[in-house]
Amino acid sequence: MDHEKSDVLHGSLGLMVLRTLDALGPQHGWGIARRIEQISGDALALNQGSLYPSLLRLEQMGWIASKWGTSENNRRAKFYSITRAGKKQLAAEAKNWARISDILGRFLKPSKDSV
Amino acid sequence: MTAIRVLLRRLSGLFQGRLERDMLERNMDDEFDFHVQNEVAENIRRGMSPADAQAAARRRFGGVAQVKEDYREAHSLPFFQVLWQDLRFGFRMLRRNPGFSILAVLCLTLGIGATTAVFSWIEGVLLRPFPKVVGQERMMAIAGTYRGVAGAPGDSTDISWPDLQDFERNCKLFDAFIVDRITSVTLAIGDRADRTTGSLVSANYFDALGVRPILGRGFEPAENFGRNAHPVVVISYQMWKERFHGDPSIIGRVQMLNGMPHTIVGVAPEGFYGTFVGWAMQFWVPISMQERFTRDGYQLEDRGAEWIEGYVLLKPGVSPGQAQAEISAAAMRLEHDYPATNRGRGVRLFPLWKTPFNNAGTLFPTLSVALAVVCFVLLIACANVGNLLLVKAFGRRHEMSVRLAVGAGRGRLLKQLLTEGLILSTIAAVCGVLAANWCRNLLPLLLPARGRVSMRLPGEIDWRVLAFSIGVCLISAVFFGLVPALQSGKIDLLSALKAESGGVLGGSRQALLRGGLIVIQVSLSFVLLVGAGLLLKSLTAIQNTSPGFATHGVLTTSIDLTAAGYDTGRARIFQDALADRLQSLGGVQSVAFARVTPFGYIGYSSAPIAVDGYVVAPDEDPTVEYNEIGPGYLTTMGIPLVEGREFTIADKETAPLVAVVNQAMAAKYWRGRSPVGSRVQVKGHWMQVVGIAKMSKYRNLAEAPKPFFYVAMRQNINGLNLNIRTSLGPEAMTQALLSEIHALDANLAPSEVITMQEQVDRTTAVQRVAVTMLGVFAALALLLAAIGLYGVISYTVSQRTRELGLRMALGASTSNLLRVVLFHGLALTAGGVVLGLAAALSLTRLMGTLLYNVSPRDPFAFGSAFVVMAIAALAACFLPAYRAASTDPVRALRL
Repeated sequence: MDHEKSDVLHGSLGLMVLRTLDALGPQHGWGIARRIEQISGDALALNQGSLYPSLLRLEQMGWIASKWGTSENNRRAKFYSITRAGKKQLAAEAKNWARISDILGRFLKPSKDSV
Repeated sequence: MTAIRVLLRRLSGLFQGRLERDMLERNMDDEFDFHVQNEVAENIRRGMSPADAQAAARRRFGGVAQVKEDYREAHSLPFFQVLWQDLRFGFRMLRRNPGFSILAVLCLTLGIGATTAVFSWIEGVLLRPFPKVVGQERMMAIAGTYRGVAGAPGDSTDISWPDLQDFERNCKLFDAFIVDRITSVTLAIGDRADRTTGSLVSANYFDALGVRPILGRGFEPAENFGRNAHPVVVISYQMWKERFHGDPSIIGRVQMLNGMPHTIVGVAPEGFYGTFVGWAMQFWVPISMQERFTRDGYQLEDRGAEWIEGYVLLKPGVSPGQAQAEISAAAMRLEHDYPATNRGRGVRLFPLWKTPFNNAGTLFPTLSVALAVVCFVLLIACANVGNLLLVKAFGRRHEMSVRLAVGAGRGRLLKQLLTEGLILSTIAAVCGVLAANWCRNLLPLLLPARGRVSMRLPGEIDWRVLAFSIGVCLISAVFFGLVPALQSGKIDLLSALKAESGGVLGGSRQALLRGGLIVIQVSLSFVLLVGAGLLLKSLTAIQNTSPGFATHGVLTTSIDLTAAGYDTGRARIFQDALADRLQSLGGVQSVAFARVTPFGYIGYSSAPIAVDGYVVAPDEDPTVEYNEIGPGYLTTMGIPLVEGREFTIADKETAPLVAVVNQAMAAKYWRGRSPVGSRVQVKGHWMQVVGIAKMSKYRNLAEAPKPFFYVAMRQNINGLNLNIRTSLGPEAMTQALLSEIHALDANLAPSEVITMQEQVDRTTAVQRVAVTMLGVFAALALLLAAIGLYGVISYTVSQRTRELGLRMALGASTSNLLRVVLFHGLALTAGGVVLGLAAALSLTRLMGTLLYNVSPRDPFAFGSAFVVMAIAALAACFLPAYRAASTDPVRALRL
């Protein structure tokens, strides 16, 4: 019962979604999934379906918004877009992430004097 | 913030109807389908065959059902969904057993409704009795005491105005001292004249209480002073609406009150009834008008005159103890500064619910006992419902086992049981609060009407009362909901699923639980029975006490001459003429006037006395209560003379002053010598004692014998009391009296004519209320306990059918079986009685002030409680026992 309460962004999937929407503008779920796969290559073995509960949670947080519209191939599709709050959250999380990866990077770099 | 938003969105998801849920599903399908189709198209573009493309896309998406479930869960709150499931299931279970549900809800409604009703009375009468008044929780009643007399409500006295002003000047912990002295007038507006009750109040009254008149003003500080200098009046909203038809230009209008024109300066807001628990005040006049509205002459500047009743408002944060300490110190200084008037006098603060001068003080013991009693009834009701649920749980053991077997956690089952309990108690709480709301105005009906004064003892259902009943509802739900849960925790899966019929689960643990509940019920009802018995005995004791005067064949009433504008001379002429006319009526033996009628609300005056040869102890304040009576009063009232004579027409204004003392006064101040012929000094005047009256009761039947004396009535026109010894009934006398009075003055009318017996009965009202209340509740408790006992015994019998059949087949006789079953029931009862006996022995002491001349351990009350309990238990057990004894062994064994 607890796992869905845990912060979405910790799984970093949410951060990727926000970044994608920020860069590409409104997208439907499949477009987001494709984009994440393109960027990460096949390094991220992700069930595409698990994207959708995450999208719902992001929407509940108020970071993204959704609207039903028509796709390029004239089908009914749900489009997601980043909100102002989402952009703020993205900026904060990106900074945080950069700091953590920097720290971890320094930690994990083989040190000369210890050898 | 974000968390709250998520919660709100999810909550809104919870309350979606079928339509929205369908929409969610459809949108989900569309969105996922769109995704997969896009993926398929992409795969085909990459050169896959359509079949492969389809399969790859599905693999890539993952388990659709799993994703959907995740999605749905994210859309809502699992906790609430489970609760919702439980609620729906619980309702279904309750609907399936309507008999059980109705019985359980009835039991609980009774318990919760009774507790809520009593608590609403306590709230409305004792804790927050004054609607519209700001700062009630800082308000305390103030009364005087005599040294050496404990602060029991009956023993307090009033306070003088100079003393109260000194307290106000010298005490720092108080926000205000408020005078509120009840008074009544005959109010004639147009052709309708009514007796109306109002208050003499200090000028700060409305401001201190935070009550703003809706029209005009309250009183101004200057209106505290000057003998009869400020004939102004603030009237109640009710009076304004009913008697003045809501006239918006009422301010400035002149109204006659007690023979003096008063200017109406204000109208109190709706819902403000003054500050006298029990009665709704209709008008307020400033205390400078005291002489006009009390019966003792001008007392405003007299430090020795105790006539003020009132309240104090403590400063915020000041404890009652600190306030009492400060005001006691101030009273000590007054004793030192004014020994002549203040020796031996103290002052005491009372919480509002113990106010000695209104109905709060008299109802407090009754209502607190009533609260304890309804809690008992609630407990009994809960135990009963617990037992019912236990039987039902036994019937549901198969369902529970199956649910456990398919993987339901025990916690989940527990939650289900608690939810069902909660549903029951919530329905009952709603019904109970409705019932309590309906009972709000029941309290005045238990008390006798007093003349034409409207009683106001409302139950108040505010948020505190609601919070209380919600608490009661939750606690009782947990209490009886957990009973079956305790037992179901013990379900042994394998044997429960294997068992085809009873026996396996009805094991010793359950029997113990059921037995325990019955023992509790029996013991609680036993305590209530003992309480009811004690009160009944006490009431009989009170009613068998002789008041010392004749209660039959003596009528009493009063005539208000002041209101009709009589002066002293005219009043005397009227009095004599009326006495002559009444004397000559057929059936009238004697007629007498007096200032105070025994057992009335208007108290006696008291006066400092001195007797030749009696040495006053250093701390003693020899003050004795007295009545002013006309010629022939003692004869008319049937109070015998032990020695000497009573007053005659010869003892008029010009004659030497005379007094009649009672036996207790003679014994105390003359110590064995006969006082007749010697003299007594009253308020500085020497009077000759001409007779000794036999002891009688003065204020109520329960009072202890005390010194008392009578002086001859001289000038008195305010509230003249008329006592008539006659063979006529009150109705016939009212007619005769009215025509005689009208023959003298068409504008006069007597107040209600009642027998002295009625007058006495009104003072025992509180005891009768207590007896009625406790009697009703004890009967209810007994009924509930008997039902519980009956249920348990017949249930046991139905479970033991096989065993009983076997016994019978082995040669047990019918009477043998009867004995076995009866023994079981009586053993439980005996256990309950033993427990109840122990509880009652320690609890009945708390009834203290409600009991008169009865020991809290009165063997008669205990004995009769025992007998009643035993009869009820026998009755409850006999039917199931008889059924058991008539078991057909062949059928029983084949079962």
